[in-house]
Amino acid sequence: MSNNGRTHNVFLSGVGGQGTILASNILGQALLNAGYDVKKAEVHGMAQRGGDVTTHFRFGAKVFSPLIKQGEVDYLISFELLEALRYINWVKPEGKIVLNNYSILPPSVSLGKMEYPKDVEQIFREHFKENVWVVEGNRIAKKLGNIQVANIVMIGALSNFFSELNPQQWIGAIQELLPAKLHEINVKAFQAGRSAVKV
Amino acid sequence: MKRILQGNAAIARGAWEAGVVVGCAYPGTPSSEILAELSKYPEVYTEWSPNEKVAMEVGHGASVAGGRSIVCMKHVGLNVAADPFMTISYTGVKGGFVVVVADDPGQHSSQNEQDSRHWTRFGKVPMLEPADSQECSDFTRIAFDISERFDTPVLVRSETRVSHCDSPTVLGERREAKIPKGLDQKDAPKQVMVPMYARVRRVLVEERIGKLASYADEEFPYNSMEINDPSIGFISSGITSLYVREVFPQYSFLKLGMVWPLPRKLISGFCKKVGKVIVVEELDPFLETEIRAMGCMVHHGKDLVPAIGELTPTIVEQALTTAVNGKDYVPPRILVQTDDLPKRPPNLCAGCSHRPLFYALKKLGLFVFGDIGCYGLAAAPPLSAMHFSTCMGAGVGGAYGAGKVLKEEGLGKICAVLGDSTFLHGGIGPLMDAVYNGGYSTTIILDNRITAMTGQQEHPGTGYSIHGDPASTVDYEQIARAIGVKHVRTVDPYNIQETMDVIREEVNRNEASVIITKNSPCMLLRRARPRERFEYPSYTINGDTCMGCRLCLEVNCPAISWAPSIGKTKAGRKRKGTVHINRDQCVGCGICMQICEYEGIVPRAERGE
Repeated sequence: MSNNGRTHNVFLSGVGGQGTILASNILGQALLNAGYDVKKAEVHGMAQRGGDVTTHFRFGAKVFSPLIKQGEVDYLISFELLEALRYINWVKPEGKIVLNNYSILPPSVSLGKMEYPKDVEQIFREHFKENVWVVEGNRIAKKLGNIQVANIVMIGALSNFFSELNPQQWIGAIQELLPAKLHEINVKAFQAGRSAVKV
Repeated sequence: MKRILQGNAAIARGAWEAGVVVGCAYPGTPSSEILAELSKYPEVYTEWSPNEKVAMEVGHGASVAGGRSIVCMKHVGLNVAADPFMTISYTGVKGGFVVVVADDPGQHSSQNEQDSRHWTRFGKVPMLEPADSQECSDFTRIAFDISERFDTPVLVRSETRVSHCDSPTVLGERREAKIPKGLDQKDAPKQVMVPMYARVRRVLVEERIGKLASYADEEFPYNSMEINDPSIGFISSGITSLYVREVFPQYSFLKLGMVWPLPRKLISGFCKKVGKVIVVEELDPFLETEIRAMGCMVHHGKDLVPAIGELTPTIVEQALTTAVNGKDYVPPRILVQTDDLPKRPPNLCAGCSHRPLFYALKKLGLFVFGDIGCYGLAAAPPLSAMHFSTCMGAGVGGAYGAGKVLKEEGLGKICAVLGDSTFLHGGIGPLMDAVYNGGYSTTIILDNRITAMTGQQEHPGTGYSIHGDPASTVDYEQIARAIGVKHVRTVDPYNIQETMDVIREEVNRNEASVIITKNSPCMLLRRARPRERFEYPSYTINGDTCMGCRLCLEVNCPAISWAPSIGKTKAGRKRKGTVHINRDQCVGCGICMQICEYEGIVPRAERGE
């Protein structure tokens, strides 16, 4: 991330129920607290029933459109591998990709009618070389004792790319948005995610 | 202080700051969060109304009594509420009266894509259109002032990308409105819309729209003009204005915060200042038509900008690049043909009571007149068990009407299905018609104890108010009987055989009937403890007996998947694979176990796992 006032584009994708909305709320609060203008867009409703979900997240000195132009994504952070691949064409050539190494089978695959794409990580590496990071988000969350915090693990991983923000600013945003009884587990998840990625 | 607010939360905030005292709505994506957010402010009375027409009437009554009130709905909700809305335009208001209507371009969660801006011209009421959360708050606040000053309801139009976008919003203080509360019988000529009074109001409505047009031009603070490179001037409103700014930042812009009546002087002035005028708007050519009718030259509009689906910055760039700068549009590079990837449509939750019910309907081979709710997901394969769906409550009348044509031929072949909230919204009237006029349709009410699809809102059948306080509870059986339905049955949808038997009996009966599902709460409704009714916590495959027949896959449960592997059962029968039940996702509803003909699905506990 640079400080030149340019608008930065973060695209989050996953499956309904994986917590993309909370993740993007934390991202938003942390960046607002750091003085940026932020806008984000997501679709609610039908999409929550196990369908694919996306969040367009933008920040900078002044943001106009909440939606990102296709091909302009700086950071693709995906909570599920197929849902990462679905948006590969949205990423800039120099864009960075953070993948949660986790698959949820869509109905056509469950029914045996289609195959789940193989080697998603390899496909990304082919096009984005060293700008691909893989995080065991669900495994880390499970180890921490709550599979639900995989989303915060992913935010922790992503936080490494935002050098202007120190860990305390992220943790502050988590504490601002979550009830007190959830602070400990989510801060742990954030820290685990942050140390899971070396930039 | 600034906070990141969702557009809907910002509308609620703006209403609260404006001193609103009553808020009513029926939930509908993308509008639902407005009332949910407003209900958090203790100064405001809020309610989930049974439908949008009722919400509109309650809000109007509150306004007549001198309270500022707001009613909120999705675009199709205003169709339901159109009857009072069109005449409230005549009566005007006392306390400020704001109607929020949220469109859904692209039909993310809707049955059609209508452009609500047409209501503003049709109803002769002003409309404001915010673009982001700050404007959602600001425009809602000023809408109350406009409403009182011009004695008119005011429409605030949102849409998916405004309602469901989050951006920083300044939080202001609440200011109580100064309108005196009370009713005055002398106001009857203003409030009683019989012809002799309504004709008088009709004239005033026209005068009002003239005054509002002057206001739009001379006073409304949120129409903004920005002249940069004057060779091209974009006219737009709402979210579209942000897309245009994003894609072509160097040119000139006229952003309309008020889309009706239009600021004619401002528009013609802008057209004179710029070279080429391009109108960019989502859905219909509403502004374009009006601006052309004013005699202004519009160089481009719907000739290039799509009128179907939602716009995005990508689409705006693709549509207009050549017209704006003469260059060819360069599409983003394609690394992978993502259209070929497996799709991930939404699905009924694991354990959902709609799944066995629709499986039963499919087995019975019925033509299902469906309705609006999560159960619309049953229309998709492999269930494919819904064959008709238009709007709230329409399946009940549809099934009855079809029976009038098919007569004896249709007996045993038709049923109507709708949810509890949908039944209360729009299903009682057509049921009354079916029984009064001698129809034979069977209406199945899927009672999952909540308005589920829009995100768990209370309704008059749940027993709780918007705040979760105990409230009276509608008794569906008694309603049906009171209307005159003689055959009212209940079924446990998790017992497929019993459900099929009851439905078969009722659809073959030459009289109207009602079947209500019992003990079938939404899987997401925590207070109903939906999993407690299941005998076992989860099920698993018996690898010795599973034949790999795929029968259980027909219910499209998210927990069940196909695992191909050539092999044999313990008894030596060949199979191409088995199914697999995901332990984390299975909730133990046992539907797959009931369907299995080979005892291939068993409670997990019995397997000693």
